Amino acid sequence: MTTPLPPTITVNGSDRPLAPSTDLAGVVADLAPGLVVDGRPRGVAVALNDAVVPSGEWRTTSSPRATGSRS
Amino acid sequence: MRTTNPDGTAPSDPLTIAGTTLGSRLVMGTGGAASLVALEEALVESGTELTTVALRRVAAPGAGEDAGMWGLLDRLGIRALPNTAGCFSVREAVLTAQLGREACGTDWVKLEVIADDVTLLPDVTGLVEAADQLVRDGFVVLPYTNDDPIVARRLEDVGCAAVMPLGAPIGSGLGICNPRNVEAIAAAASVPVILDAGIGTASEAAQAMELGCDGVLLATAVTRAEDPVRMARAMRLAVEAGRAAAGAGRIPRRERALASSPVTGLVGRPGNLDLAL
Repeated sequence: MTTPLPPTITVNGSDRPLAPSTDLAGVVADLAPGLVVDGRPRGVAVALNDAVVPSGEWRTTSSPRATGSRS
Repeated sequence: MRTTNPDGTAPSDPLTIAGTTLGSRLVMGTGGAASLVALEEALVESGTELTTVALRRVAAPGAGEDAGMWGLLDRLGIRALPNTAGCFSVREAVLTAQLGREACGTDWVKLEVIADDVTLLPDVTGLVEAADQLVRDGFVVLPYTNDDPIVARRLEDVGCAAVMPLGAPIGSGLGICNPRNVEAIAAAASVPVILDAGIGTASEAAQAMELGCDGVLLATAVTRAEDPVRMARAMRLAVEAGRAAAGAGRIPRRERALASSPVTGLVGRPGNLDLAL
């Protein structure tokens, strides 16, 4: 019997659960709410697989998911 | 950013880097401060207009503190200079610089490529390579380097906006171990030279300026002093004093004494009528 694992994302080396349809803006707001002021990031940046994603593209960039299964 | 002195007058001796004018020649770091309140007081007293900020991966519990740093610099009108402290490779340093540009909204970066975590000395080969890449990518690069005049020249050749030689290893407080090299770098450079690392007390900051440096960057000497605010003020005054002394032209060193008073007309000599003024 195989149980599918919920989707996860690796953020700064740690796996975290990922809600469906989460974009990068959501990940940042969830991980570091103090760095989002009036909906705008402040002093925070995101790189996805070693490539910087401009903050203007966070809403349209889906988080990469690592899915798996557990036997 | 402040463009006038506290009394409202224009800075008389500004530091210009890549076309940007800074009223203070003292660049501060933020590492080692006991608290944001202590840091704020020290930054204000230092008079700095440019302060380095380390970029780190966000850890949720520390995110509030990071936000406080940004608010602090904003409120004080201090320009943030993101750095690549802790990067041990060209790849890490370049990516960190790119993240800093996005996070801080500035093309300026204090570039560090560190050789190892024991000496914390620069890996100058990687430093030149990373500087070259970043300059081509549009960055204003201020590299932390060793006190080798040839490396400083290479960094200038690839387009760095300043060179920042160390006085001594980071956090050592040993002062300027090789003043002749620092002086040689300052004499040869056509970009600003900022003495970075090793400063322990105010006289060493003054010495850096007397050697011809255009500015001084320090953190630990202030943030870990017994009285950071008092030391910040001392550093500000030392940088100003050293700069003034460098411009005033010191007397040449002599092997023997040279009387400062006239040697003619001395009183108490036989045959003289002593009418002293």
